[in-house]
Amino acid sequence: MSVSVKRVSQAADALAHLTEISTQVEAAVVLDREGNVEASTVDDERAGRIARAALELFRQADAQREQELVQLDAALAGGSVFVVRDEERLIAATTGPGPTAGLVFYDLKSALRSFAGPKPKPKPKPRTRRAPAKRTTTTRKKDDAST
Amino acid sequence: MRARKALALGAAIGSAAGAVLLRRRAGRSRDRVELFFDDGSLVTFAQGSPEAVPLLLHARELLAAARG
Repeated sequence: MSVSVKRVSQAADALAHLTEISTQVEAAVVLDREGNVEASTVDDERAGRIARAALELFRQADAQREQELVQLDAALAGGSVFVVRDEERLIAATTGPGPTAGLVFYDLKSALRSFAGPKPKPKPKPRTRRAPAKRTTTTRKKDDAST
Repeated sequence: MRARKALALGAAIGSAAGAVLLRRRAGRSRDRVELFFDDGSLVTFAQGSPEAVPLLLHARELLAAARG
């Protein structure tokens, strides 16, 4: 139970941050690979419709090539549509006409990353104990110093 | 004579610039889909191509859903 509350909170934070930093994004929905809405900036009914259309759009686009699709954008007369994926989920967003696509992609990827949460830290390598270094002192002969 | 030549040259340059601008604007207003793949390749399907038809259909659905 605490995990799902944490996840919902993370999702809300990620999308709140997205709409805060990206003034171009009008609506955004985070969905899993099955099309289930995990978070959105719009009401549930609209989020469901966006998620269905985004998933269908992404699947059809992915089928165009053998390589795996990582992101897409569609520029339409009335606005633009963006879909970006990571390993577990997709984020779909809409903007007005003529957005700065690079910036929108960057913001969506950042939102997905923060949605996924921090990556687990790699295990530190076991330290081998080293013998303490020998202390060496240098002495200067008086005769050398005078010359 | 010189004035006529200058006038003709100015008109020619002006019409060429206008044609370029119109072509650019027409190109921009065309709907298109850009696909980015994991190997770094980019594919663009412009309105009118057979690949673009279903993709633009879903993109329009998505935009319409977002706008309510």
